[in-house]
Amino acid sequence: MAEILVLVDHADGAVKKVTLELLTKARELGTPAAVFIGSGYDEAKDKLAEYGAAKVYVAQDPELTGYVVAPKAELLAKLIAEAQPAAVLVPATAEGKEVAGRLAIKTDSGVITDAGDLRLDGDRLVAEQSIFGGSSIVHSAVTTGTPIITMRPNSTPPAAAPAAAERVEVSVELSDAAKLAKVVNRVVVPKGDRPELTEAAVVISGGRGVGSAENFSVIEALADQLGAAVGASRAAVDSGWYPHQSQVGQTGKTVSPQLYIAAGISGAIQHRAGMQTSKTIVAVNKDPEAPIFELVDYGVVGDLFKVIPQLTEEIAKRK
Amino acid sequence: MKIVVLVKQVPDTWAEKRLDPDTLTVDRASVDGLINEMDEFAVEEALQLAEKHGGEVTVVCMGPEGATDAYKKALQMGVDKAVFLTDPALAGSDAVGTSYALAQVLGTLEYDLVILGSEASDARTSIVPALLAERLGLPQLTFASKVEVDGTSIKINRQTDYGHDVVEAGLPAVVSVVEKINEPRYPSFKGIMAAKKKPVQTLDAAAAAIDTARVGAVGSWSKVLDATVTPPRSKGTIVTDEGSGGVELADFLATKKFV
Ligand SMILES: Cc1cc2nc3c(=O)[nH]c(=O)nc-3n(C[C@H](O)[C@H](O)[C@H](O)COP(=O)(O)OP(=O)(O)OC[C@H]3O[C@@H](n4cnc5c(N)ncnc54)[C@H](O)[C@@H]3O)c2cc1C
Ligand SMILES: Nc1ncnc2c1ncn2[C@@H]1O[C@H](COP(=O)(O)O)[C@@H](O)[C@H]1O
Repeated sequence: MAEILVLVDHADGAVKKVTLELLTKARELGTPAAVFIGSGYDEAKDKLAEYGAAKVYVAQDPELTGYVVAPKAELLAKLIAEAQPAAVLVPATAEGKEVAGRLAIKTDSGVITDAGDLRLDGDRLVAEQSIFGGSSIVHSAVTTGTPIITMRPNSTPPAAAPAAAERVEVSVELSDAAKLAKVVNRVVVPKGDRPELTEAAVVISGGRGVGSAENFSVIEALADQLGAAVGASRAAVDSGWYPHQSQVGQTGKTVSPQLYIAAGISGAIQHRAGMQTSKTIVAVNKDPEAPIFELVDYGVVGDLFKVIPQLTEEIAKRK
Repeated sequence: MKIVVLVKQVPDTWAEKRLDPDTLTVDRASVDGLINEMDEFAVEEALQLAEKHGGEVTVVCMGPEGATDAYKKALQMGVDKAVFLTDPALAGSDAVGTSYALAQVLGTLEYDLVILGSEASDARTSIVPALLAERLGLPQLTFASKVEVDGTSIKINRQTDYGHDVVEAGLPAVVSVVEKINEPRYPSFKGIMAAKKKPVQTLDAAAAAIDTARVGAVGSWSKVLDATVTPPRSKGTIVTDEGSGGVELADFLATKKFV
């Protein structure tokens, strides 16, 4: 079976859940071969083996992560030429999509962004995308070159299936063009112990209605009862109450959890764009006319400072 | 400094969007078009940089005939002139095809900086800026929440999943901006009147030396096979909190096995 390259998303070797999802999906399509770029491989290798990477291409040259996106695309282009994979799967993160796009141009291949599912139809790969906020489902296929597909986090349940994870060292002589945008400083905002927003099964987001940074403790207390990630609307982020990495929406993250709870969020179209495909949607808002109520499975018209703490307490009681 | 800003005309974000069942492309005829909101931030950044460093701003837009609202808005905000690329052969281009066509238009212009929005609200691929940087062989400075130009060098904050990267490059460069970067201005009455007299150059594919085999539905390297409208979400339960709203919500969550 042909190789399916899977670009590993990780932070210094801490493998993101989306990578395990992609490896799981890749097993249906061919032989998964992970591509690990950057530092921390020792920490990552067991996870990659556990989820079925038959092979891992490891590229640790610091230059690969010292410039914006282009070096990763160059490395993958070299691997495509050498390994002739049947497809390349990349997490549909902001950067993952950029890598995929540049790779498509380098290899004269088509690219499909934000796939929710992938299946083989004969020997053709068919991607499923949910568009316009989930109101239409589209199937599409790459017609030229090696299919390069970016897949949304949280779209395949990860399942373990141990494999050898045979390590293959790879490197590439970077072109000058790949070294034009130099990263001179990397600012990492410390993240707490809560689950990652795009990976979480439950997300609870606060908006302008939360009123202040301190008041977010009300949201966090519920999140901790539910083992949830905390998100925020742009209004809350722009007010400085929560960091921008927590923004859900068109210009923030797209989340698709089992349960999404919106507290004090009106439900502007740009916010919906990032959460509309959540399985179950709940909102607490004191305005019965708030557009978020058009989306919900369950909505409470009321003051979030009464409803949310009561809910938190009730859940604690029932445990 | 010469700046080119790229804007796209998109269907009104609040309108029901759909795919045309025959062409499987975004049905643009049935809804009002306007400038992609994010591109107003790109225009604003271009204007602020030109005000600070001197220079000229040109807006480039590719779209169907008559899709003139987007570049007109940019002219009203204060951009000096417009280039509008329109040709039936371009209809149905995917991001790869679009980036090729836009790169060809840029080939007819002089610039130190190209500024884009970071995402179009219709297709939402947000890869055109990276594709353009790849094609033009220029530095990719995307998802900028802050831009500083100093002589022939440029420094941005690139918004990332973990915080931000500070990125440096030489000019010319391709920049895309996020909505955190500025507050787009409203066109003034004077601006709206002045826009009517500003030069607009309309190009077809041939005038931009675009090989039509590489664009449009035919030239795209991916193909939409089918599209189905999903049934709307069934209407949910809405209750008013009378003092036990939290407990009732816990009951609901319990029925769904979240509690
Ligand atoms: C280019 C662009 C990109 C954007 N991208 C995003 C994005 O990615 N994500 C995003 O979220 N937005 C985005 N926006 C902004 C979006 O348009 C809205 O402005 C934003 O989502 C509003 O946030 P909000 O719902 O928290 O605030 P508001 O709209 O002000 O709503 C606050 C809500 O809280 C309710 N409320 C107040 N107090 C209480 C209380 N005590 N109890 C219960 N309810 C209460 C109010 O009734 C109201 O409905 C974008 C906008 C633009 C132009
Ligand atoms: N047809 C177009 N004409 C001009 N600019 C475009 C066009 N399509 C995309 N862009 C630019 O590329 C950005 C990102 O678009 P996209 O990658 O399609 O989400 C937009 O915000 C625009 O600045």
